[in-house]
Amino acid sequence: MSEIITVNLKIWRQEGPEKSGYFENYTQKITTEASFLEMIDLLNEDLNNQGLEPISIESDCREGICGTCGVMINGQAHGPRKATTTCQLHMREFSDGDEIVIEPFRAISFPVIRDLVVDRSPFDQIIESGGYISVNTGAASDANLIPVPKEAADQAFDAAACIGCGACVAACPNSAAQLFTSAKLAHMASLPQGQPERWKRTEMMVGTMEEFFGSCTNHGECHEACPKEINLDFIAFMNRDYMKAKVKNRALSGQR
Amino acid sequence: MNQTTSQRYRVKPIRERRREWPFPLNLYQTAVGRKWVMAATGIGLLGFALIHMIGNLHVYEGPAKMHEYAEALRNLGSGILPRSLVLWLLRLGLMVMFALHLHSAITLKEMSRKSSQNASFTGGEKKYEGGREYIAASYASRTMRWTGPIIALFLFYHLADLTWGWWLGDNFVPGDPYHNLYSSLSRVPVAIFYVVANMALAWHIFHGAWSMFQSLGINNPKYNHLRKGFAASFAGLILLGNLSFPIMTQANLIDEDERLCQVSMGDTDEILACLTEQLEDH
Repeated sequence: MSEIITVNLKIWRQEGPEKSGYFENYTQKITTEASFLEMIDLLNEDLNNQGLEPISIESDCREGICGTCGVMINGQAHGPRKATTTCQLHMREFSDGDEIVIEPFRAISFPVIRDLVVDRSPFDQIIESGGYISVNTGAASDANLIPVPKEAADQAFDAAACIGCGACVAACPNSAAQLFTSAKLAHMASLPQGQPERWKRTEMMVGTMEEFFGSCTNHGECHEACPKEINLDFIAFMNRDYMKAKVKNRALSGQR
Repeated sequence: MNQTTSQRYRVKPIRERRREWPFPLNLYQTAVGRKWVMAATGIGLLGFALIHMIGNLHVYEGPAKMHEYAEALRNLGSGILPRSLVLWLLRLGLMVMFALHLHSAITLKEMSRKSSQNASFTGGEKKYEGGREYIAASYASRTMRWTGPIIALFLFYHLADLTWGWWLGDNFVPGDPYHNLYSSLSRVPVAIFYVVANMALAWHIFHGAWSMFQSLGINNPKYNHLRKGFAASFAGLILLGNLSFPIMTQANLIDEDERLCQVSMGDTDEILACLTEQLEDH
């Protein structure tokens, strides 16, 4: 059942990275069938018509798989609904007369570019420092040539569900990127294809992560905020692998 | 081309990567390794808290048994090593663990503070101007940086009170734990302080004893569901044992009962004989 509700928006406005930001209040009439981003789109249209500067907000696929959108809605990353990205959040989660506070993801390494848009390129740097596997190019090999246990494939798939939206860092009181990094590491370390670079990769990606982000204190907020429900177990997995990476005699890694 | 590549990223690292120290010191350079140290020292300190609590239960067996226990601690490894050497080695180990636990906690908190927006020096948590809602973070996990210092302050008081005897004055008898414990805990404000501090300790353990599994990477779906229960029961056990001492003293269950033996260091056999005799009379 759709109905028209009126919501009071309190949106973070910031002209640029070096400028100081402030909250601006808006009122928007919207059907509950609209998505959260459609509501912002309509608001921006109104602002445009009035000759005002529209609100900058990032979005791309709008089906919860690209990880581009992402803002703090009422103090929760991606809003109140569990396992849902901002773009898949619908206005039926809110009721008439609600105040909705919208703020960008916060971390020192996620500087605000404009309004609700933040620069998440430190994630790219973490990936760049080791998030790859080596394969031979040339003729494609037969499919399913390498046997993978079902459980390992499932775990790799669970980890690979991470869309890199940055909600974990935003939700973490310490601004730690452990959940993101561990998901990427577990994704590759669970599979045979990821083994040759496993220890080097763990060392490099954790090293890069620590250049940008804080230290994990096992609050568990990241898992709750994660739109893909990445498990905290991956963080323990990463901690174990990192220790092994530091201790292991890698010259023998071909033998086990 | 080269120029565009180097200019592609605008976000600068907060921390410079330092030159690596030789193994195994390099583990302590990284946050994950430091967390590992915090968990490992945490296990040691948990072990101490448990043994200290269980050992102190001897107080319910009366002054003689308590004295015997204190002597047994000093005589650990006797016959092979000089008296008190093992005890001092254990104390040294505790001090090292405590120092490492503290140092890693403070430096990691500082690292998180530098990575977080509007994190105050005291609070340490990242702040959202529009406020934020915690879903998973427990009260215990968010107050580790408060329960920690309370425990450290308590520890200092505890040592100064019962080991060095700063505040007991003439009432302090070195080497007579039963008497000192009674004289100290029979004062109401001290008893209250002990209760508060031990609650902080249990609160700290409640998060720490779970968190250490994650930090050490001890994780397996087969037993993960037991970890939080373990932490809660460990904290409960320590709390129950430690709270009993101030409460029982206030309830006059630990008292001196016209005790006649004066204890002083040195003439051990004589005191033991006297205490045993008195225990039989009692």
